Amino acid sequence: MSHRTALLVLALAAAAAVLVGLAAGSVPIAPGRILSVLVHPGEGAVADIVWKLRLPRVVAAFSCGALLAYAGVLMQALLRNPLADPYVFGISGGAALGVMAGMLVGAGAAAQTALGLGGAVAVALLVLAMGLRSGDWNPYRLLLTGVVVAAGLNALLSLILVLAPQAAVKGMLYWLMGDLGYAGDAWPALLVAALLVAVAMPLTPAMNVLALGRLKAQSLGIAAGRVGVALFAMAAAAAVTSVLVGGTIGFVGLIVPHLVRLAGIADHRWLLPSSALAGGGLLTLADTVARSALAPLQLPVGVLTALIGVPALLLLLGRKQDHAAR
Amino acid sequence: MLRAEALGLGYAGRMLIEGLSVDLRAGEVWGVLGRNGSGKSTLLHALAGLRPPDAGAVSLDGEPLGTLPRRRLARRVGVLLQQDSGEFWGSTRDYVLLGRYPHARSPFGWSAEDERIADGELGLHHLDGLAHRAFVSLSGGERQRARAAALFTQRPAAYLLDEPLQNLDLPHQVAMLERLALEARERGALVLMVLHDLLFAARYCSRFLLLSGEGRWHAGGAADAFSAARLGELYGFALTPVDAGGERLFLPQRPSGPGPHV
Repeated sequence: MSHRTALLVLALAAAAAVLVGLAAGSVPIAPGRILSVLVHPGEGAVADIVWKLRLPRVVAAFSCGALLAYAGVLMQALLRNPLADPYVFGISGGAALGVMAGMLVGAGAAAQTALGLGGAVAVALLVLAMGLRSGDWNPYRLLLTGVVVAAGLNALLSLILVLAPQAAVKGMLYWLMGDLGYAGDAWPALLVAALLVAVAMPLTPAMNVLALGRLKAQSLGIAAGRVGVALFAMAAAAAVTSVLVGGTIGFVGLIVPHLVRLAGIADHRWLLPSSALAGGGLLTLADTVARSALAPLQLPVGVLTALIGVPALLLLLGRKQDHAAR
Repeated sequence: MLRAEALGLGYAGRMLIEGLSVDLRAGEVWGVLGRNGSGKSTLLHALAGLRPPDAGAVSLDGEPLGTLPRRRLARRVGVLLQQDSGEFWGSTRDYVLLGRYPHARSPFGWSAEDERIADGELGLHHLDGLAHRAFVSLSGGERQRARAAALFTQRPAAYLLDEPLQNLDLPHQVAMLERLALEARERGALVLMVLHDLLFAARYCSRFLLLSGEGRWHAGGAADAFSAARLGELYGFALTPVDAGGERLFLPQRPSGPGPHV
């Protein structure tokens, strides 16, 4: 299968996932009816369900999945490490800390978002300053910095959970696990996802070269420092946008790029758009299952992605070891 | 082509090379010799513009490396590093094609010319059968050939190679050196390589740069630099010159006195 065909198949699969997400729920709606309501948004109960209830939720799921997979591809290229994910630098932890602090003091949604953004930017600047201090992009030092920062943020998050009033804890926990139930208007997130993919596309050939290692990439004409900062900024923007919409949904950003690579797409020019589509489609499906499997009980989608992601990751690690043993 | 002026290089607080002034001209084949940690790789990185000198300057055709855009530099100077720190997930052919990166007109998709050059190099390095295998699945020697194929695909005017013979079997070692000699002779390329093999150094290099690792260096032709006395001093090891088949070989003397195994 050529890369072009694969991308087309993924686009169709993502569209199908969106359709399933719109069709499934307490009131099942036939796909044909959904399409007609989408094209002619009239009045009526079905139109209201599709446009006001399900479409915002599906858009939130698709945007978060696409953003996380996108951030995963960029982080893995930047750190040249297959186990890097969007949260590796603790940037999402910074966002989570801001949002949770907002929840703790009872701030409004807009203030929570602003606090989350502030926390993320603060952590991003800290990690960036640490990473650039020695003038190179040593992936191991960056990774270690991120892990240490994330551990510190986790301690602060636990502290907030302890301090929070009982009634607020459940909402906070759901949010931490990754839950799209509280996602507000997600259309801006979809726009951000589309913009970020478009901005990153011209850098995808450089990402291929960067996979050869920093020195070799420089010897082939890559300004590794500048490209590194750009990748870092774009990945951070994607991760933060996703966290602000759906909390810290795990494993999508780590697993999806590897699934696409296993399908034979390693070239970043194709890997990046393919991963965004696959991530969006997969999270849409996972969220559909999360909100309908045990209805009326709604599972946080982060729990579901981890339940699927952990065995998938273990399988992948087993394959990796086989490789190394050859 | 490449010129070092009063070049000073250190590593981890230790001065390795001091006041190195040398003119590397087109068509010359240089061998860089020295003990482990004597600054050979550090010098190669500095000549390739991959690290700023601690003193002095390096220039390419009169232009200081620091002011040259990386892409323009990459069209003229190609580097084979001792090891790559990357993790490349694509096929061997994808890997070799990346050598065309500095020449590519559009970042999206290679031109027919790029693909022709890369496929030619894959064939010359006996990698045709491995072209569509994952690069990470190659053996050490195959990987070294793929790295060399990517370098030749880059078509630079100056080749800087750090231990180009590592992991290669004897036929591929000879093939690599013959190819480099050809690039120098036919295309007027500059070749500079870090070598540990004195036989091949004597056979293929026309100029030598000996690095003591303590700041001192010596540059010269075979008659001057490639003597038992100089090499013995360089390696701290007695060498016996032997003439065989019209070539001068250097045999390392057996260490005198009882060794640990006697």
